[in-house]
Amino acid sequence: MAGSTRGCAMTADLAAADSAISLRAEMARARRRRALQLLRRLVGHPSFLVGALILALFVAVAVLAPLIAPYDPNKNNYRYVLMPPSAQFWFGTDAYGRDILSRVLYGTRVSLLISALVVICTGILGTLLGTLASYVRPLDGIVMRGLDGLMAFPGVLLAIALAAALGPSATTVVIALTVTFTPRTARVVRSGVIVVQGMQYVEAAQAVGAGHARIILRYILANALSPLIVQLTFVFAVSIIAEAILSFLGVGPPPPAASLGNIIADGRSYIQEAWWIAVFPGAVIAVAVLGLNLMGDGLRDIIDPRQRNER
Amino acid sequence: MILFVARRLLSAIPVLFVVSLMTFLIMWLVPGDISAEIGGADATPAQIEQIRQQFGLDRPLLERAVQWYGNLLHGNLGYSYLLDRSVVAAVFERLPVTLPLAALGLVLATLMGTLLGILAAVRHNSWLDQSAMVAALIGLSIPDFWFGLVLVILFGVTLGWLPTGGYVSFTDDFFGWVRCMTLPTLTLAFTQMGVIARMTRSSMLDVLDQDYVRTARAKGMRRGTIIFKHALRNALVPIVTVVGLTAGVLLSGAVVIESVFSLPGVGRLIVGSIQRRDFPIIQGGLLVTAIVFVFVNLAVDILYGWLDPRVRDDR
Repeated sequence: MAGSTRGCAMTADLAAADSAISLRAEMARARRRRALQLLRRLVGHPSFLVGALILALFVAVAVLAPLIAPYDPNKNNYRYVLMPPSAQFWFGTDAYGRDILSRVLYGTRVSLLISALVVICTGILGTLLGTLASYVRPLDGIVMRGLDGLMAFPGVLLAIALAAALGPSATTVVIALTVTFTPRTARVVRSGVIVVQGMQYVEAAQAVGAGHARIILRYILANALSPLIVQLTFVFAVSIIAEAILSFLGVGPPPPAASLGNIIADGRSYIQEAWWIAVFPGAVIAVAVLGLNLMGDGLRDIIDPRQRNER
Repeated sequence: MILFVARRLLSAIPVLFVVSLMTFLIMWLVPGDISAEIGGADATPAQIEQIRQQFGLDRPLLERAVQWYGNLLHGNLGYSYLLDRSVVAAVFERLPVTLPLAALGLVLATLMGTLLGILAAVRHNSWLDQSAMVAALIGLSIPDFWFGLVLVILFGVTLGWLPTGGYVSFTDDFFGWVRCMTLPTLTLAFTQMGVIARMTRSSMLDVLDQDYVRTARAKGMRRGTIIFKHALRNALVPIVTVVGLTAGVLLSGAVVIESVFSLPGVGRLIVGSIQRRDFPIIQGGLLVTAIVFVFVNLAVDILYGWLDPRVRDDR
C-alpha cells in the first residue's frame, strides 16, 4: 500500500507514528468501502435478495411463533378432528383436533433452531479441523483419512444411526447432523487455507515474527473464509431437510413437541383421509430450503466466483 | 490401467477400516446397559448375561474392537435376538429391494439430469435454460420423503392409478413390481435430477466454448454429432463426479423412501430396528450400506481413469 513505503522512508519517530495513524485510518476506510461494495452487490443480486427475504420471513415466523399462532399447538380439541383447511383452520386439523398451522409455526421454530445450531457447530468444528489439517502438516493424513471415513457413509444414514444410538432428542439431532456435515466443511476450509498459506503476505507475516495464532486468525482464516460462508449456507439448507428426515423417522425431538418432520410423520398415517396434515409442513420446508439455496447460489456468484458451477 | 485399478482398490482399504471402526463405536455410544435391550422384552437374566458375555460388554473397549474385527473378517456381523437370525442374513435378504430402487433412481436421475443440462447449455440463456434451472433448483429444495407422500396422495389416493405402498417381488409378478416401484423411483429421480442437471449444464457450457467445438462446427458437422460426440464426451468427468456423489445420496434416500412406501428393504429394516432398539441390525445395516457406497465410489474412480487417461498417470 502507498502509505507503507512512505512510512519506511521517514526517520523521525514522530513522523513515523503520524503516518502509521493515517495508514490505519486509510485501511479502515478501505475496509468500509469494500464492505459497502459487497453489500451493494449482494442486494443487487436477484437470487440472493429473494433468498435472503425468504430466510428473513422464516426467522420472523420462528421468533414470533407464540404471538402469531392462532391456537395452542399441543392442545387436543376433539370437536374439530381431521378438519380440512378452512377460514377457521387455514391448514386444517389433525386426528387430535390440533391446528396444523399452529403446529407448523412452532415446528418451524424447532427446525430453524436445530439447523442454526448445526451450522454453528459445523462451522466451528470444520474450521478447527480444516485449519489443523493444513497448518499442522503431520496431522493432515490422519485427520483427512478420518474425515474420508465419515464421508463414506451415504447421505444422512450416519446421522440416523447416531441418533438411534443416542436416543431421540433435539440435542441428538444437532450432534448427529454436525458429525455428518463437518467432514465436507473441513475439506472446504482445508483447501482454502492451503491456497492462502502459499501467499506472500503470509510469508511476510512469518518474516516479521507474527505468532501462529495471529497468522492463522488475521492472515489465513480472514482470507479463506468466503468458501466457508457459501458452504455453511448449503449446510443450513441440507440441515433443514435432514432434521425433517430424522424427525419423520422418529429419532428427532420426541412428540408431542411439533417439528416439521414429525407432523409429516403424523400425516402419513392419515394420508387416505387428511392430505393436509402432511402436505403443508413439507411445502414450508421446501420454501425455506429453496430460499437458502437461492441465497447460497447468490453468495457463491458474488464472493467466490471460482467455486461456482454455473453461469 | 491394471496398475491404476489395483492402486484404487488398495486405497479403499483404509476407508473401509475407518468405516467399520465408526460403526463399531456407535454401539459404544449407546447410554446404559444395552444387553437387556438386545435380548428383547422376555429375555431371562441368564440370557441377558449370556448376551453381555457374547458381545463382550463386560470387557474393555479394545478387546471388544479386536473381537469385532475378527468376526467382521469372517463375515459375521452379529446376531439379532429380536429377529432370531444372523444380521448378515437379515440385511442381505433385504438388499434385493433397496439396491434396485437406488439403481433405478440413479439411472432415471442421470438420464433426466443430463438431458435437461444439455438442453439448457445448448439453448444458453433462453427461456428453456431458465425454466430448466428453476426446475433443477426446486428439485434440490424439496425433501424427497415428502415429495413421495405428495405423489402417493396424487396418484395413489386421489387418482387411484398406482398402489399407495407395499411390495411384490419381481420374480412373482413383474408388472406388480413395476407398479410398486414407479412412485419411489420417480421420487428419488426427481429430487436428485437437479444436482446432475446443474453440473451438466455448467460443464457443457465450458466445453462448448472450446476451439475444437468451433472447428467441428466450421467443418459443417451435424449439430447432434458435435453435442454428443465432441462436447459431451469431454464434459463427462465432472458429471460423473456428481453422479457418483448422487449414488450415495440415493442410497440413503432409498432407505428413507422405503419407510414412505412401505417397501421391505434395508431402510425399513434399520428404521424398524431403531424403534425396537435392535442395535446389531442397525450396526450391520449401516455397515453394509456404507460398504456398498465405498464400492460405488471405487467404480466411479475407475471410470475416471477410463474416461480421462491423464488421471491414470497422475496418481
